[in-house]
Amino acid sequence: MGSEYAIEMLGITKRFPGIIANDNITLQLRKGEIHALLGENGAGKSTLMSVLFGLYQPEEGTIKKDGQVVKINDPNDANALGIGMVHQHFKLVECFTVLDNIILGVEPTSKLGLLKKDEARKRVVELSERYGLQVDPDAKISDITVGMQQRTEILKMLYRDNEILIFDEPTAVLTPQEIDELMQIMRNLRDEGKSILFISHKLAEIMAVADRCSVLRKGKYIGTVNTADVTMEDLSAMMVGRNVNFHVEKTASHPGDVILHVENMTVASRAHHNNAVKNVSFDVHAGEIVCIAGIDGNGQTELVYGITGLEPLVSGKLVLEGKDITKAPIRDRNTSGMSHIPEDRHKHGLVLDFTLEDDIVLQRYFEKDFNKAGFLRRSNIRSYSEQLIDQYDIRSGQGPVTKARSMSGGNQQKAIIAREIDKDPSLLVAVQPTRGLDVGAIEYIHKQIVAQRDAGKGVLLVSLEMDEVLDVSDRILVMYEGEIVGELDPKKTTPEEMGLYMAGAKRDTKPAGKEG
Amino acid sequence: MEKKGTPLLRKPGVQTLIASLLCIVLGLFIGYIALLIINPAGAGEAILAIVKNFWTYSKQATQIKNLGNTLVKTAPLLMCSLSVLFAYKVGLFNIGAAGQYVAGAGASIYCAVALGWGWLPCMLMAVVSGAVIGAISGALKAYRNVNEVISCIMLNWITLYLVNTLLSAVKEPTSNYTYAITKHLVTVDGVVTTEANPGAVLPSLGLENLFSNNKYVGLAIPLAIVLAIAVWVLLNKTRLGYELRATGLNKNAAKYCGMRDRQNIVLTMAISGGLAGIGASMLYLTSIQQWSVTQSSVPGMGFNGIAAAFLGGLNPIGAIFSSFFIQHITDGGSYLDMRVYSAEISDFISSLIIYLCGFVLFFKTTLNRRLDKREEKKIQADHSKGGQAS
Repeated sequence: MGSEYAIEMLGITKRFPGIIANDNITLQLRKGEIHALLGENGAGKSTLMSVLFGLYQPEEGTIKKDGQVVKINDPNDANALGIGMVHQHFKLVECFTVLDNIILGVEPTSKLGLLKKDEARKRVVELSERYGLQVDPDAKISDITVGMQQRTEILKMLYRDNEILIFDEPTAVLTPQEIDELMQIMRNLRDEGKSILFISHKLAEIMAVADRCSVLRKGKYIGTVNTADVTMEDLSAMMVGRNVNFHVEKTASHPGDVILHVENMTVASRAHHNNAVKNVSFDVHAGEIVCIAGIDGNGQTELVYGITGLEPLVSGKLVLEGKDITKAPIRDRNTSGMSHIPEDRHKHGLVLDFTLEDDIVLQRYFEKDFNKAGFLRRSNIRSYSEQLIDQYDIRSGQGPVTKARSMSGGNQQKAIIAREIDKDPSLLVAVQPTRGLDVGAIEYIHKQIVAQRDAGKGVLLVSLEMDEVLDVSDRILVMYEGEIVGELDPKKTTPEEMGLYMAGAKRDTKPAGKEG
Repeated sequence: MEKKGTPLLRKPGVQTLIASLLCIVLGLFIGYIALLIINPAGAGEAILAIVKNFWTYSKQATQIKNLGNTLVKTAPLLMCSLSVLFAYKVGLFNIGAAGQYVAGAGASIYCAVALGWGWLPCMLMAVVSGAVIGAISGALKAYRNVNEVISCIMLNWITLYLVNTLLSAVKEPTSNYTYAITKHLVTVDGVVTTEANPGAVLPSLGLENLFSNNKYVGLAIPLAIVLAIAVWVLLNKTRLGYELRATGLNKNAAKYCGMRDRQNIVLTMAISGGLAGIGASMLYLTSIQQWSVTQSSVPGMGFNGIAAAFLGGLNPIGAIFSSFFIQHITDGGSYLDMRVYSAEISDFISSLIIYLCGFVLFFKTTLNRRLDKREEKKIQADHSKGGQAS
């Protein structure tokens, strides 16, 4: 117990064929501190955490707990050492209650093997009061908010007496109000003596809650700083290696004709029996970026499926540049001026086992330029893809013949954006186009989207990121439980106001989204 | 990464070849051990007999004639393996090649014997009936999300008994076998007689003479090779192939970009079934074999097609060689000394080898992992030399 550190990872090196994922990385977590781990995607954060949980064995380096060298061979060892983690995507059983989820795997039982739930409940209630973690132990996970689900995850760690708590990008799914609550919870936990490792690439949150911050870049350890001594710009420069412009440069918008007209659209849900999108109406004009804001799972996905044709409408009407596309097949929509940057680039956006050039012509392979009498015109495909790779700076191992799967997320996204923008659409539907990307790539993609707007295209942007919504859009429509509950002007609104709309606490009285 | 710098061992073609050869050697070895256990005395000879197949004959003319027999059966096997690999490339596991093959057999024999048609319409009917059976599984998969493996297996049996029933109409009165396809059943004044129908036999194209007058050798063999190349071209060079591969690799992305994913699934299974169907006509329209209407098991050709497809590295050109090899081994089993081993042993040995052929993918991944390890070590070695290099 003589050490000042709860856990130390010293000189960790982990190599994979072709890359060094962790190159001599040192991370020292003091007892009773909130320590942020900052880095872009691919910086080596996940690898480092996998090493800590025994999923990978490092080639070099040691791990110390309370100053003692420990060997972690699998996640069970990590649990035994009191290390717990809240994953970005919660690991909860939807149809179980909060209490059942908390005790799952460590259920207290009598000698006959019967569950002793009363005992467990007492402890859970006690823990939740002590740390200010409000939950209803008997509510089902499927019925509670994301914030409460996260608190359940935190209670899971506390119930297991974990001393070292790791939060992996915990704020991605929360409203601003919930984020504030989480920050307070983290401070409470720290004050009660827990050591917290906070993985994030959101600088504002790190500045707000962390005591110290370690920065990784491209597998290398850049340094550890006291957050009190640095600015956000400093952290960002450490993370990216250059200065990044956080704010999207753009001029005022000049909306033109209606490009997309959505009238009373209702879309069924795959997940439940209710409709996911309920009677939604709005327009997107040429030369403006309309942003659909809201917390994940409030019908945004289905809204886009309805517009792009991936799901049929239950009722309503869609008009694209004066043409009724309500029942049009997807191919017709794609060739009538709609481009779609999908939410999930692996599920919809790319055929991962195709070569880059084959993925680049995914929306055009049927055009005359690319096939003749049923045979693909390979040389045209090659030259076209080389042109786009060059123009959009898509980086890959072997150029046009690289397997899409082997490319980085940012470059995969660039390939999709190149493909969709080069189609010269009149309407660009972009769904979470910067999800999971690093600061540099985000900056690039925002520029492309604004350039499309300035070229007189209509842009429908769906985003879960508050900053993105406020920075990029010209008009904000907030979605809550399948309805558009408010229309906001990004220049006038505040994150707090948006948060109230997103959480369903506030809504416009007149039917929102419709002008005139 | 340089384009030209792919090491020889990293090339997919080379890897498949190595892995396939490894499977073959391992299969023969395990087969040998099994023979040793059953009867140590004749094991060595027996395994040699299987490998040698037609070379066991001393006379060259007999050798070539028997090679011809193997080739005649290779053609349908190749078609079945093409059927399996074509569906596999589109993300479907066509275990129904066997049933589609049975449908093709039923159609070609019935059209020849009952209707007295020539070989070409008989063959076309075989394609159509195989395609229909395949399309049923495809449609169930596309529109009702029925797993194609389940529906294929059930259709295998349905097709078998349907064909048995159909062909009972053209069976010889004295046996369980159908009439030879060179005969056309006609009813004159209520009396059933047979007319000669030599036109139902596939033309020999003069190949017969190359194989010591083996009258079964003919059009089927070159046609099968041409179709293998055609399947390769279809998959890799055409717009349809591009669509089908996209659908197979990621049906969500295919839907997203406006491909008709459901129709593509049905079309794939129809093409796949058509390939198996034409395979059956390639065998039965040589008149090398007649159909037993009391058989209660689906012919193994369709199932062996699965093994041939994997042994050939899921490449249509590779399938040409793997089909020949598997047929060679299967036929080789009949050269076993029946005094030492019982008749079933030949099937046992060949099925062992075929089973091992399924491990091609496994060996490929193992090989790749080895190579990765070696590379990793090399990186480490370079690293420890010190970073003097800039």
